[in-house]
Amino acid sequence: MTVVSRPGTLPERVALFTTCLADFAAPGPLAATIAVLEAIGVEVVVPRDQTCCGQPALNSGFPAQAGRVLAQTLDSLDGAEAVVTLAGSCAAMIVHHSTRLLGAEAASRSGVRNLWEFTQFVAAFGEDLDLELDATVTYHDGCHMTRLLGERTAPRTVLSRIRGLRLVEMPDSDTCCGFGGTFSAKFPELSVAMADVKLDNAATARAEYVVSADPGCLMQLQTRADAAGRSIRTRHIAEIVRDAMRTPA
Amino acid sequence: MSTGTTAKGEEPRSTAMRGVARVTRGHPVWSGSDLDPGQRPALRPMTAEAVAREGVGHTRQRLEVLGRERASGNWLPWESELRDRGAAIRRETLRDLDGYLSRLAAQLESRGVIVHRVSSAAQAREAVGRIATDHGVTLVAKSKSMATEEIGLTAHLTTLGIDVVETDLGEYIAQVAGERPSHIVGPALHMSRQDVTDLFSQLNGDPLPPDPDVLASYARERLRADFKAAQMGICGVNFAAADTGTLVVVSNEGNVDMVASQPDLLVAVMPVEKVIPRLADIGTLVPLLCTAANKEFTTAYQTLLSGARRPGEIDGPAEFHCVIFDNGRTALLGTPEEEILACIRCGNCQFSCPVFRTLGGGHAYGTTYGGPVGAVLSPLLGEATRDRDLPFLCSLCGACADACPVKIPLDDLLVAGRATYEAEQPRGVESFGWTLWSRFWSTPALYRATRSAARIAGRLIPAGVLGRLPVVRLWASGRTVPDVSHAGDRPRGRSGSSGGSPEGEDR
Repeated sequence: MTVVSRPGTLPERVALFTTCLADFAAPGPLAATIAVLEAIGVEVVVPRDQTCCGQPALNSGFPAQAGRVLAQTLDSLDGAEAVVTLAGSCAAMIVHHSTRLLGAEAASRSGVRNLWEFTQFVAAFGEDLDLELDATVTYHDGCHMTRLLGERTAPRTVLSRIRGLRLVEMPDSDTCCGFGGTFSAKFPELSVAMADVKLDNAATARAEYVVSADPGCLMQLQTRADAAGRSIRTRHIAEIVRDAMRTPA
Repeated sequence: MSTGTTAKGEEPRSTAMRGVARVTRGHPVWSGSDLDPGQRPALRPMTAEAVAREGVGHTRQRLEVLGRERASGNWLPWESELRDRGAAIRRETLRDLDGYLSRLAAQLESRGVIVHRVSSAAQAREAVGRIATDHGVTLVAKSKSMATEEIGLTAHLTTLGIDVVETDLGEYIAQVAGERPSHIVGPALHMSRQDVTDLFSQLNGDPLPPDPDVLASYARERLRADFKAAQMGICGVNFAAADTGTLVVVSNEGNVDMVASQPDLLVAVMPVEKVIPRLADIGTLVPLLCTAANKEFTTAYQTLLSGARRPGEIDGPAEFHCVIFDNGRTALLGTPEEEILACIRCGNCQFSCPVFRTLGGGHAYGTTYGGPVGAVLSPLLGEATRDRDLPFLCSLCGACADACPVKIPLDDLLVAGRATYEAEQPRGVESFGWTLWSRFWSTPALYRATRSAARIAGRLIPAGVLGRLPVVRLWASGRTVPDVSHAGDRPRGRSGSSGGSPEGEDR
């Protein structure tokens, strides 16, 4: 786990790292992230030349190709006072692997040094948000955010600030959902079996939403639930916070 | 099928293995003890079959319970201290592995142990085979040892006409069933109480009750006869102290003491990394191993073997051999993969692993060592390049690294193992595809072009058709196709709508 030093005061402007996955397939969580950040009082910019953190290639055994794509994204984030991303896994990839792929100097790049995972930023600066939502949720801890980034508390801190929200913990909330990036396509039967375990555990919480801070896990769980005809609904934590905002942005 | 039997139709010399010909419990080819590791099925069909097996859900649930108890990664303060010390001792060992091995060998020899230092797995099993045939051995009582599994020892001795009986209860169950151990410390963890009842009932020829005490007593009675009759004992080694030449073996059933004290001839088999600098280090390493493996401070038995029987001693082996093999390990020294040699084989990474649990244990890795440690270690063993694709059988959740008592960065090693595998492959579609992908996605305009293409495809092509495209098809087996028809959508927010986008930004 790499320790990232970041400013203790609210930055004026935040660069959003969309992540390819959310950029392609999770526009709702992206919109919600922007709305919440703006409600906190920062200007949100979306650097145009960002692409992907490179994780799909790295985890497929192609580190050089991963590094090339990561370098592009870090280039696009250079100079940002703060960078926020809505995917714990991509944040962990950047924090944990940048120096391995691009050398020690990568640690001082804005996209690494000033990177915040969404709930970390909201936990640090969103205390004044007036949040209320009548809902029961259960929270899935994404693996990389939990273990590589070492962030277990920020999501629950954020959820605990929402009046009326009931967080019911599921068993093994930090067990993998079976997504694993390209693992999900290399071993689809196994990946789906792991998703079913997670969905069974989530169902015991009898929650309206399975919430997570990772669009990858949410895509895995929602598409599996849909294919299996299960009524489970997933929601990115940014959408929950946005829905809970008393004065919507 | 079962390696404890002699030629067809003959009753085995081992009392414990009598009736094994009656056993009809079926198992997939990839869980069999006779699986040639070089001939295992491809990973995907093997794993698909494993998750569809009857009863796999029950095994998974048992493993989940054990995982919650043992492998949560939440080390208590005293456990963390132990872990720090243990991790340091293992690294200290690896920094001078050859030096410690030389000291160990000298100490063993000074205590009358005949040391065989060999390179390959084949040399190791042949060394043991020669010792057995030189002494006219026909029955071997063996205690549990993953190292002997690795070198294919039982199969080799069987081809020499020697009966081998496993005396650890779990290992005995697996042997009777004709299966490999499914977990490093729990060889029969994939079987339920009912499975064992059925298995032993078949072995017995008459039904036995599903009572653990009765089943354990049944095995105990049968094994007792073999301890008396065996001319040779074979044991593994948990730790080998370089300063004293003491071989330390932990167990919970006392069978190691029997194996090491009853027959006149004893062979201990160990891979090179079992050496530790000092006997005093077991004060750290034994509780660490037992805590990680079994949430116990120590096992019921710690067997400290200190050489052959000396004049005046009343028991212990008159002749004591120690076979130390390498099988590709020392070649790892000085590479990032050397970390895996710190492993003390507790099996905690296996408990922690959701892939391992969902597969119902380690059989579906098709190798001696399954789970995270196996996916890292198996491809590195031996001279042959086999099992090199095992690091892919992992969702990279990282639970194993947290669960590891000696802090091996298993998840990083799994990522590295994938790169090693791909670097060895002839350049094909996959390598071409990722290179093309990286060219596109390191060029912003081309990234946006792929995004637009996805958006158009998502709008024009029905999901049912998309789901039949290559790669997408793999995702869509059991899942719906994600909606990419809004790829690149940018919501209008406060800062974006009030006077245009900042330069160079996509709002």
